[in-house]
Amino acid sequence: MNRNRTRLLGVPYIIWVIGFTVIPIFFIITKAVTDGEGAFTLSNLTAIFDQLHRKALVMSVSLALVSTIICIILSYPVALILRSSRFKRKSIILFILILPMWMNFILRILAMQMIISNNGIINHILETMGLAPLKLINTPGAIILGMVYDYLPYMMLPVLNSILSIPEDVIEAAKDLGSDSLHVLTRIILPLSLSGVGSGITMVFIPSMTEFVIANILGGGKIQLLGNIIEQEFTVSMNWNLGSGLSVTLMAFVLITSFIFGRHQEDTAAGFAI
Amino acid sequence: MAKELIRFENITKSFDGSSVLKDLNLSIHENEFVTLLGPSGCGKTTTLRILGGFESPDSGRVIFDGEDITHLPPNKRQLNTVFQKYALFTHMSVAENIAFGLKIKGHDKDTIRDRIAYSLKLVGLEGYEDRAPSSLSGGQQQRIAIARAIVNEPKVLLLDEPLGALDLKLRQGMQYELIRLKEELGITFVYVTHDQEEALTMSDTVVVMNQGIIQQIGTPEDIYNEPQNAFVADFIGESNLLDGIMVRDCLVSLNGLEMPCVDTGFGENNPVDVVIRPEDVELDASGAGQTTGTVTSIVFKGVHWEIRVDSVIGITFLVQTTEHFPVGSKVGISVDPYNIQIMNKPSREDEQVFDQDEAPQGETYES
Amino acid sequence: MTTKTLGRIYIALIMVFLYAPIAVLIVLSFNASRSRVVWGGFTLEWYSALVSNSSIMNALWTTFGLAFISALISSVIGLLGSIGIYSMRRRGYRLMLFATNIPMINADIVTGIALLLWFVRFLPLGFTSVLLAHVTFNLPYVILCILPKLRDMDIYQYEAALDLGAGEAYAFVRILMPQILPGVLSGFLMAVTMSMDDFVITYFTKGAGVNTLSTLIYGEIRKGIKPEMYALSTVLFFIVLLLLMLVNLPYDRIDLHKCLKRLKIKFFCAK
Repeated sequence: MNRNRTRLLGVPYIIWVIGFTVIPIFFIITKAVTDGEGAFTLSNLTAIFDQLHRKALVMSVSLALVSTIICIILSYPVALILRSSRFKRKSIILFILILPMWMNFILRILAMQMIISNNGIINHILETMGLAPLKLINTPGAIILGMVYDYLPYMMLPVLNSILSIPEDVIEAAKDLGSDSLHVLTRIILPLSLSGVGSGITMVFIPSMTEFVIANILGGGKIQLLGNIIEQEFTVSMNWNLGSGLSVTLMAFVLITSFIFGRHQEDTAAGFAI
Repeated sequence: MAKELIRFENITKSFDGSSVLKDLNLSIHENEFVTLLGPSGCGKTTTLRILGGFESPDSGRVIFDGEDITHLPPNKRQLNTVFQKYALFTHMSVAENIAFGLKIKGHDKDTIRDRIAYSLKLVGLEGYEDRAPSSLSGGQQQRIAIARAIVNEPKVLLLDEPLGALDLKLRQGMQYELIRLKEELGITFVYVTHDQEEALTMSDTVVVMNQGIIQQIGTPEDIYNEPQNAFVADFIGESNLLDGIMVRDCLVSLNGLEMPCVDTGFGENNPVDVVIRPEDVELDASGAGQTTGTVTSIVFKGVHWEIRVDSVIGITFLVQTTEHFPVGSKVGISVDPYNIQIMNKPSREDEQVFDQDEAPQGETYES
Repeated sequence: MTTKTLGRIYIALIMVFLYAPIAVLIVLSFNASRSRVVWGGFTLEWYSALVSNSSIMNALWTTFGLAFISALISSVIGLLGSIGIYSMRRRGYRLMLFATNIPMINADIVTGIALLLWFVRFLPLGFTSVLLAHVTFNLPYVILCILPKLRDMDIYQYEAALDLGAGEAYAFVRILMPQILPGVLSGFLMAVTMSMDDFVITYFTKGAGVNTLSTLIYGEIRKGIKPEMYALSTVLFFIVLLLLMLVNLPYDRIDLHKCLKRLKIKFFCAK
């Protein structure tokens, strides 16, 4: 094949990338460093340190962090159980894990709201059992629940992938050299699954940090995340410059996170063959 | 004979209903190099894995140094394994790999460092401590896997087709290395392979297996010169495997040609299998011999010529000789009575000639 | 024994967690009462009312249309682009791969806002702007599905075809295309699902008047979701379930990381 000629086939894509990826980012950055009159300012970027925004940022990061950790904790046992079981059709488990993602996620979060709301299903059950109702909805815990619910498969799949792809003879070699089960877990399985956890973190932490729909539905608008504030700047307050400034700050966070945790993703690119 | 170290007693094992080991009994002695040899699916790897503790037998016992270790987990056994695909820990350096077992045993840092250096020296990879396993060649990874096992000073080293992934030249070199290593360490080696040349080169004792049953146990010379059945004869080296009739003791008939031999106890006029190794068939250009034939093909093999001769008794002989006989020439054929090996006809399927087409080659994990 | 039972219980609990909300939605689609908590008896009313609900049906066709057209456009541009990138020298290859990764790494909300700020300069917000946005976020997934196929491509087969007398174009169509095609198909199907799944980017780029199912639902949260929506989502869920079982995709060979960074990828990036 003539490389000079085939390279021309990439031109439409290059134009698209410039037109709809590079230029929009240029625009959001321009908007972020100007005020309503178009004059240069850094106030939209430093706005992240305002009382309100700082609080939202801290809340976003901490909820995302807790959700990510819970996802990791929930995922490991599943992977270990599947690894130790001689269950042949592991693909069925995979199927079951991915299937819920096909239903509209806003509807699923609404269903979660029905389950945990004050007169929802859980409280109904508690009531019939003669127990006091719980205050579940509109708390940070409810948002975490929603995030874990929505993003758990994104953590579970890479963790599952990395743990199931450890060759059996490596584990046997460790036992042969004197490892007991706990030692095998901490010295072999854990280190070898870190790359999977790394890609899981980028796939859970980033979307949950920039989330606003789950917070709206399960937090009842009482808990403001950075995503909610940005959304409101564009749809309610109509301060697009401030919204862009906060977005650029968020983008910086995202890039840092994916740089830290996403580096090893290529290592696990070996594929997902269960 | 040295003291018995390992004894398999009536071991049976099946996977998913298909029987892999059938009532296996085997003794392994101290300081012995034992090779389990057979085609894939013969049960050799399963035997090794039962000894290593990675499989437990359905019935029977494994005795190690007088103790029943049948249900002892692998981490409690005083033996170490060199895995087929090395199974090096990719997230650790060479030194960390080798130190793995020593750290578990709680040795102090200085001892560990010395023992790592010593074991690397033994396998000829001094100074490789800080390298990553993935940066090494196949042969080097193999040596690290051996170093990682022997550094723990096991009483027995188990080797599961350790040379299978190496190329021919490297494999031959490693064979001598393993013999040297065993002499230096003075421990027992249990070696699994499907390569008969490897088995004959290195072993004190060869255990030939097929379909979960031991076919023959003996020194490499025994196995080669006096195979006990058609399977062993066919699997070890090249051979002329012929149908014969035992006329009486020390006389066998091949298609009517009566040839003297040295075997007795096969009865009179019984059908038997006759093995004649290609290098034991003698050709004579002048036509003198027990029978005659015509050369139909001749191929140069380096050390010798490989010749096919159609004999007048209707048998085609495969012959290896250092002399050259042109195609079409008439030759005399004779065999020394001591070089004719008589065997009973197979009574079971596993004793029959191994059909290469039926068993997948290269597939070495039987399960 | 007990660890095994514990393991099973654990897996079962995770399944309950993942499927409870879906079960709730399915039950509600048959609930005669409009209440979200009271069971008012079994009905199929919402399923029959579904067809005559114009706002839902409009949103449904918009969603389907967007998914199909955006997937088609991104497949074509993506296929050409992949071949172009594949033929580039090292530095260009790296640069293009980096640019391809941007929309995937970036948060949806940032991508959506950035596109909004750009679109308002030259385009009335509506179906076209949403379509452009969808093609933009579909493209990386399409390309990351096709590029590995190009890399794995056996160029010797192509040379063998030339050796046997085939012309370049003929050899490309007969030898190379069949090797790349599964990647193009995966990319297309993935683009369809990504597009149908998206809410955030559509939300920022759609303007007034246009609605996909996601934005319609989001807009109705305050007023209360119409039960017809539960009926529709139940129907869609079972259609997907049925399709997946019918085509019996080789799930066990799903090639995760090659095509999916953020793993919305679902099923289709099969090898």
